[in-house]
Amino acid sequence: MQPLAEYALRLGDDSLVLGQRLSEWCGHAPMLEIDLALANIGLDLVGQATHFLGLAGALEGEGRDADALAFGRDVLDFRNVLLVEQPNGDFAQTIARQFLFSNWQELLLRELARSRDDTIAAVSAKAVKEVAYHARFANEWMVRLGDGTEESRSRVVAGLEWIWRFADELFAVDETTEALIADGIAVDARSLRPEWDARIARTLAEAKLETPKPRRAVTGGRAGHHSEHLGHLLSEMQFLPRAYPGAVW
Amino acid sequence: MNREWPLWEVFVRAKNGLAHRHVGSVHAADSRMAIEAARDTYTRRMEGISLWVVPSSAITASDPGESDALFAPAADKVYRHPTFYSIPEHIKNI
Repeated sequence: MQPLAEYALRLGDDSLVLGQRLSEWCGHAPMLEIDLALANIGLDLVGQATHFLGLAGALEGEGRDADALAFGRDVLDFRNVLLVEQPNGDFAQTIARQFLFSNWQELLLRELARSRDDTIAAVSAKAVKEVAYHARFANEWMVRLGDGTEESRSRVVAGLEWIWRFADELFAVDETTEALIADGIAVDARSLRPEWDARIARTLAEAKLETPKPRRAVTGGRAGHHSEHLGHLLSEMQFLPRAYPGAVW
Repeated sequence: MNREWPLWEVFVRAKNGLAHRHVGSVHAADSRMAIEAARDTYTRRMEGISLWVVPSSAITASDPGESDALFAPAADKVYRHPTFYSIPEHIKNI
C-alpha cells in the first residue's frame, strides 16, 4: 500500500476498533444515559472510520470499499494502535482508555484539519467537533471517578495503570508517516505530546489522581502486531458479513 | 441509601427566537452530566441549539386535587379568548 493509503487505514482502524469496543457497552452500561452516551461516541467513531477507510480503499485502487476493509481483513492487516483494542474492563477502565485516546485524537484531528490532502482535511474538520465532546465526556468522568468514592477512585487508578503502557504508541512516527509529514499531509504525532501531557496532567490534578509512572511502552499495532484481544473483537464484528457475504436488510 | 442518580428535567430550544420546551428527563449525578445526557438523548437528530436542565426536585407542581379550584373557573369565560374581534383580511397572524 502506498503511504497515504496506509495512513488513512491507520486513522480508520483506530476509530473502527474503538467504536466497536464501545458498542459492546450497548445494553450493559451502568445507566441508560451512559449506555446512550457510549453508543453515541462509538457511532461517531464508526462514522469516521467509514470515511477514512473509504479513502484508503479508493487510494489502494483494488476495488475495496470501507466495508470490504472493515469486514474482509484479518487481524494481521489491521493497523490500529494497541490502546483501542484493549478490553473494556469495568466502566472506569473504559473511561481511562477514552480519556487517553480522545484527548490525543482531538489534538491530532485539529492538526489534520489543515492537512494538504483535501479528503483528510475535510473528514478531520468534521470529526474534530465530535471528538472534542468525547474528550470533554471522558475528562469529566475521570474527575467524577477519581474524586468520587473510595471504590470509584481505586477502579479508575487501576484502569489508568493498565492503559498507560499503550499511550506512547499514539505518538510514534515511522517511515510511512515521515514522508507524509514532510509533504504536510500527515501530522508529526511527536509534536502533539507536550499539549497532550499538559491536558492529561490538568484533568488528573482535578481528579486528585497521580500521573502514572513511565513504564515500558507496548507498541506494534501499526505494523499489525496485535494483542490477542483484537482477534476476538474481529470475530464478533466480522461474523455476519463473513457468514452471509453480501447480506443486506 | 438511594443509589439512583437524581432526575433532571430537560428543556430544548429548537432555534433562536423560540422558547425552550420541555422534552423529557434524564438521570445524572450533577448538572454537567445532565447536560451531556440530555445532549445524547434529546439532540442527536438536530432537535436543538440550546439546552436547559433543572433538578426535577426544584419543580413545584400544582395539586391535582385542586384542579377544580385552579382551572374550572376559566371554563365558562370564553370572552377571555380574543375571538370577538374581526380581523382584517390582509392580516395573516395576530
